Amino acid sequence: MAQTSQFCTFYLDKLLFGVELKGVQEVIRSLDMTKVPLAPEVVSGLINLRGQIVTAVDLRARLALASRPAGLLSMNVVVRSDDGAVSLLVDEIGDVVEVEENTFEPPPETLRGPVREMILGVHKLDDRLMHVLDIEKACQMADVTGATAAAR
Amino acid sequence: MSDSDIVQDFLVESYENLDRLDRELVGLEKNPHDREALASVFRTIHTIKGTCGFLGFTKLEKVAHVGENLLTRLRDGQLTLNPELTTALLGMVDAVRQMLNQIEISGHEGERDDSVLISTLSRLQQVPETSAKRGVPVLQSPAEPAATPAIGDILMQRTGVTQAEIQLAAEMQKEGDPRHMGEILVEQGAVRPADVVEALHIQQAARTQATLSDSTIRVDVGLLDKVMNLVGELVLARNQVLQFASRMKDTGLVAVSQRLNLITTELQEGVMKTRMQPIGNIWGQFPRTVRDVAHGCGKEVGIEMEGKETELDKTIIEAIKDPLTHLVRNSVDHGIELPDGRVKAGKARIGRLILRAFHEGGQVNIEISDDGAGLDVDRIRKKALERGVITADQAAHMAEREIFNLIFLPGFSTAEKVTNVSGRGVGMDVVKTNVEKIGGTVDVQSTRGQGTTVRVKIPLTLAIIPALVVTCGGDRYAIPQVSLIELVRLKADEVGKGIELVHGAPVYRLRGRLLPLVYLNRELKLGENRPSTNKDDGAVNIIVLQADGRQFGLVVDQINDTEEIVVKPLRKQLKTVKTFAGSSIMGDGKVALILDVLGLAQRAGVITEMRDRAVTGRATEAASTKEEKQTFLLFAGPGDSRMAIPLSILARLEEFPANQVEMSGSQWVTQYRGQILPLIRLSVVLEERRNKLRGVHTLPPVDSGPIQVLVLNHDGRSFGLVVERIVDIVEDRADVRSPATRSAVLYSVVIGDRVTEMLDVPAILRRASIPTARPNAAHTPPEVVN
Repeated sequence: MAQTSQFCTFYLDKLLFGVELKGVQEVIRSLDMTKVPLAPEVVSGLINLRGQIVTAVDLRARLALASRPAGLLSMNVVVRSDDGAVSLLVDEIGDVVEVEENTFEPPPETLRGPVREMILGVHKLDDRLMHVLDIEKACQMADVTGATAAAR
Repeated sequence: MSDSDIVQDFLVESYENLDRLDRELVGLEKNPHDREALASVFRTIHTIKGTCGFLGFTKLEKVAHVGENLLTRLRDGQLTLNPELTTALLGMVDAVRQMLNQIEISGHEGERDDSVLISTLSRLQQVPETSAKRGVPVLQSPAEPAATPAIGDILMQRTGVTQAEIQLAAEMQKEGDPRHMGEILVEQGAVRPADVVEALHIQQAARTQATLSDSTIRVDVGLLDKVMNLVGELVLARNQVLQFASRMKDTGLVAVSQRLNLITTELQEGVMKTRMQPIGNIWGQFPRTVRDVAHGCGKEVGIEMEGKETELDKTIIEAIKDPLTHLVRNSVDHGIELPDGRVKAGKARIGRLILRAFHEGGQVNIEISDDGAGLDVDRIRKKALERGVITADQAAHMAEREIFNLIFLPGFSTAEKVTNVSGRGVGMDVVKTNVEKIGGTVDVQSTRGQGTTVRVKIPLTLAIIPALVVTCGGDRYAIPQVSLIELVRLKADEVGKGIELVHGAPVYRLRGRLLPLVYLNRELKLGENRPSTNKDDGAVNIIVLQADGRQFGLVVDQINDTEEIVVKPLRKQLKTVKTFAGSSIMGDGKVALILDVLGLAQRAGVITEMRDRAVTGRATEAASTKEEKQTFLLFAGPGDSRMAIPLSILARLEEFPANQVEMSGSQWVTQYRGQILPLIRLSVVLEERRNKLRGVHTLPPVDSGPIQVLVLNHDGRSFGLVVERIVDIVEDRADVRSPATRSAVLYSVVIGDRVTEMLDVPAILRRASIPTARPNAAHTPPEVVN
């Protein structure tokens, strides 16, 4: 019996992504957000999660996808990173899926650029591919594509 | 309890005991006949020795054993403590501490050779012939030194009752006399009843002291932090429940939520208190430090401490420990002269080092003063020139005080010889950086030949700071109050002529000086089209801020209020944004950003990234020569007389409509920020007694204009001073003085070319019979804890 692991899945611009379930703290609906002027583009703002201030990262921007159409409310996937909780903004929440290790494949060589290091690979599900996201890398801001410099 | 638990407990307990030993030994050196301290030292070593034997730490036991032997001689009076003995005993304490460290790290004592120490200690315990003969055992019951003193012993010490009389009484008790020792003695006429009562009190106090250790427990700091976080969340949940309850209009729910409200507030205060520690905790080690440094350089220094009980947040206590230690060492090493030099200069042989801590205006002041040689202005100036820190032109224009503060620049040390303590050019700049890191300031004052005082000001807590909340571009921002100097509001018709342009850069003439203006919405790129004015009246709000000695005016849309906010650090995703120092949750549950005034000033170009302190010129002069120039609030008192108070005691300026003034006895009061603010009428306080009664019991006519009130803080109590009119804020030397012509006035002084009366605020309070002691209820708790 191959080893299985559970993933929390969500959609971004119609693509299916997954993060390991054990790294997810909670999933919540859209919250009031305080925007941070001068912050890197991928930082949407700060939210108050029961007295804890959590940075919200716009995953669409982080993954260089088209920006979210106006009117589409985002969901918060709160994950535990090395630096405390971080909220990942996604379009829609999917199911929790259980996948076997043998359905995994690393990203194709043709996937290049900064996005590549955030995507560990894909799991081949029956009907589609699930992109496996590296939580730590997704939450890192230091090497963002010059967004910091541009904002300042 | 496992073995490792026992070892852990032993370590924690022993570390504490060793710290106490350091203090006690140094204390004993000065007062070698303090039997109580000697007994306590003996007990501590005895305990350590006993436990080591039990746990199988033989080396440790051996060292402790010879130390104990030596202490036995001392305790029994066969030897008297002298510097040599003290050094040896302190050496033993250090050895024990090192071994404990080793045990903590590796679980065993490690390979070490203590034979030198052991032989020194053994040699020292050889009692000289003569003193052995003189020796008399001084402790009555060495086996049980911790026991509560017997009533007979106390009476013997304090009254003329003799040992024989007490023994007689004890005999009577043995033979079945049911009366207490005191009763018997009174009956025999040996002592007065009052003496017995007093002795009983002393005995009671000793007993309480003995049980004090049982009433405290050790708590893991991590657990405390967690509790703090939870209380923070509870506060937010409470706020939501309160809002909910007020909507529901259910009396039962309202009552319950009110109770929840009160309990939460009390819980919050209680948890806050658990984090507070007296500064004495870190001062405790200083006598030892001072002794070691002083011995090392052949000096004699006595250390005095005031305000040991001043409390600070735990994190701050930890952060200032090293800077303070450095300052203390520095004072002994550089400040205080050699004994002979002191005598020649007409001073006492023994130098004085004074540590003082006290609360002032929401901050803690810590002063380290010595009565040494003082700083040498010329040498510092010369050095600064050599190092290229300042130019010759600057050097000529710098005030003495500014020059003193140059010692905080990196790589600056004027010590002529490098000692193992200081003079290596590292230190003072690190002290300054570390203190500034926690939002504090350092300042040095010195008088040649008389001594130096270093003053460190630090916030009470890092977690909660007072801040001014402003709105800009629809969002709220908090500005730490420490950077705030004043608020200026330009009415719509003043904006045009008030704000001028220097080649496009906006400036404002603040009392004749040009203040560079920074528009917050532009700096934060909040959209240029939004006007930085209040929509309703077109007025402009300028917040005068100070960053690194430079002043600038920050223009915001709206000034909301001052508030105590809980600082939460920004995560690494936002660390690159230097404009913000952190974030905080406001009362309505939304997040607001805290502006980093220094970062903002750098971004706006008010100060350069280099933080070039030495060339900040005029602005620093204003800030650092407070001694010569003071800032005063000028106002018109009764009869349009010109009066002033130092700006430092002013909390706020307020305007109250006449109909908000109420009567409490013959006192005007008003409701102000959830408190009752007593209003003192200068016209009443300053009038002579015969006129005083006229009009005292009347309120101001409702149709009269608003009353002008200076809100002052004195001894932690707020009160309002009703004045006719506020004139200006000025900076002046105020050195032309003449004695006061009436009471409640300190003196008359020339400010801005006109004679002005300087008010004596404490005297006014006394005259208005406002109690200066602070009632507990006056304290408003901050919103959220974390």
